[in-house]
Amino acid sequence: MLATIAARLGQMAFVMFGISVLVFLIFFATPGSDPAARIAGRNASPETVEQIRHDFGFDRALPVQYAVMMKRLFVTRDLTSFVNRGQKVIPEVLDAIPATLSLVGGAAVLWVLGSLAVGVAAAALRDTVVDRGLMILTLIGISAPVFWLGEVMNLLSQSRYHDTWLFSWVPGLGYVPLSESVGGWFKALVIPWITLAVLYIGIYGRVLRANLIEAYSEDYIRTARAKGLSPARIMLRHALRTSLLPFVTMFGLDFGALVGGAALLTEVVFGLNGVGRLTFHALQNLDLPVILATVIYASFFVVAANAVVDMLYAVIDPRVRA
Amino acid sequence: MSLPSEPVLAPAAEVAGSGPSRPAEGRGPWRTAVRRLRRNRSAMVSLAVLLAVAALTLLAPAYAGWLGIDPFRSNLAGTTVIDGQSVPVMEPSTTGLGLGVTPIGPTWDLGGYLLGADNQGRDVAARLLYGGRNSLLIAGSATALCLVLATLVGLVAGYMGGIVDMVLSRILDVLWAFPVYLLAISLSIVLLTSAFTIGPVTITAGSLLLPIGIIGVIYVPYVARPIRARVLTLRQSEFVLAAIGLGLPTGRILRKDVLPNLLPTLIVFVPILLALAITTESALSYLSIGVQPPDASWGTIIQDGQTLLYSRPWVALAPGLAIVVTVLALNVLGDAVRDALDARGHGR
Repeated sequence: MLATIAARLGQMAFVMFGISVLVFLIFFATPGSDPAARIAGRNASPETVEQIRHDFGFDRALPVQYAVMMKRLFVTRDLTSFVNRGQKVIPEVLDAIPATLSLVGGAAVLWVLGSLAVGVAAAALRDTVVDRGLMILTLIGISAPVFWLGEVMNLLSQSRYHDTWLFSWVPGLGYVPLSESVGGWFKALVIPWITLAVLYIGIYGRVLRANLIEAYSEDYIRTARAKGLSPARIMLRHALRTSLLPFVTMFGLDFGALVGGAALLTEVVFGLNGVGRLTFHALQNLDLPVILATVIYASFFVVAANAVVDMLYAVIDPRVRA
Repeated sequence: MSLPSEPVLAPAAEVAGSGPSRPAEGRGPWRTAVRRLRRNRSAMVSLAVLLAVAALTLLAPAYAGWLGIDPFRSNLAGTTVIDGQSVPVMEPSTTGLGLGVTPIGPTWDLGGYLLGADNQGRDVAARLLYGGRNSLLIAGSATALCLVLATLVGLVAGYMGGIVDMVLSRILDVLWAFPVYLLAISLSIVLLTSAFTIGPVTITAGSLLLPIGIIGVIYVPYVARPIRARVLTLRQSEFVLAAIGLGLPTGRILRKDVLPNLLPTLIVFVPILLALAITTESALSYLSIGVQPPDASWGTIIQDGQTLLYSRPWVALAPGLAIVVTVLALNVLGDAVRDALDARGHGR
């Protein structure tokens, strides 16, 4: 057990190192452009560019540059934006985390509950109209780009039907911190939660249905039937329990990926100032230090989340421990 | 995103047992798969939808030529004919203070503007068709690029084994753990800000080759891993061992024995990758790091439509619907192709 965990942690460290090298190479060692000028942003003075070149060690060897970058990101954490003069980048990223976590966390609750309902209903009513209808709906949900779905939701809830009873409670776009007002936080996030959850309800619901149907062909279900257990009990206590194992892995991966950047599109559409929207604004202004920081921090988070999931898995599923 | 399990071609005899009672002699695995696919009605409908979408986008120049418009040039002072009357494309606003202009909305008149105009006064329907060409072109090329790269990596890693495999697999691990959108953003921000040169070719910042290259590269690890696994199994199979024992050259073995057996795996990935590429392209373009103006794609048109969302929603709705229809058809087709090629999935 301890050896498994140690090995997984070692692998995690290796992948983090690999990603940081890759990001470093993409940002600072692409041929044919000057990284100092890039960090300085548009219309920077030659003195600024020269200063950056010296500060980041771009006039020295590549390994030194890499070390300087990592030091500024994680040790001294004094990376500053040149587009927004003097703005410290790392605190800016950390400040944006609550909005992203609120968005992804709420959506995760919705999509777990939603996909459980969809998967169980479709599997229980297999090959009926309900099953077919649910499968078509989930497929449409998977096929719709999330930012477009967000725009459609905005069109309905902010403009076309905003004055009806259905959407009159929806506040304007933007994030309300939980510490400021619990009700406001909730109202501001309901529509974004639903929008983000649609895709995952689709994916998880379909996977769960397939797993359940597979479970139903196994011997232990036949045994349970023979014992005379009720259909509901067989579904919930027997079939569902084994079908949920792959769910844990998927959930860990997707939750990590969403917090680490995949929620970006949802944040942009709904004007939620999380990490994704920070990245988006940095993209618009070509604010390279911010992008560098969000990319590294977010991908490290994803890698760490994956490692945690794998270790949890070793705890849940005895077969992995061997 | 869930990826398909590795497909295995079913021997014809095994399949014949579950199908209608026809003799299976002489029918190869490929013909069996095609037959299964053709019997799948939703797959055939999806294929027809995809062909129709592709045909429509190919007709874009015909549509623009028929209307005599240039959907890539700003047309703020343009006029069109509705009910026999000439009206400006940019109408004076009727809401708020009455300042500024709003592009005209959808009209059934034959003068064009079936979906209205965007905030440059350009015909949205024509741009939708031209944008669809770019979206499909990028998706197709990125898919091809991704499959070629992934096959190369998978073949080399799986067949050579040893230290080569170890190095390549670790690199794939790193890429796999790197969130795709963050990788795409990092590559885009660096590549889109400056033209760069590879050997004799200079790629300008607005080139379509950039989104193609970026999307093609970011999905390589997802495809290369299963291919490598398949090559590893094939490497140990009797017919490959026999070919090695006969002293046949490696190139020949790879070409004649290994590659044909990888085809099912590759084919299963085609619709999935196309769907992923269309979605990714639209997302990158929406973030303005994909297709660059004056070129259009479904993603850029959605972005154009965002400022007009509440006044002229069709500018953003139409390209989104186009994406939903295309990706939906690809997903249905993808499921059907996987079932047709995968013996284990049969009978579900």
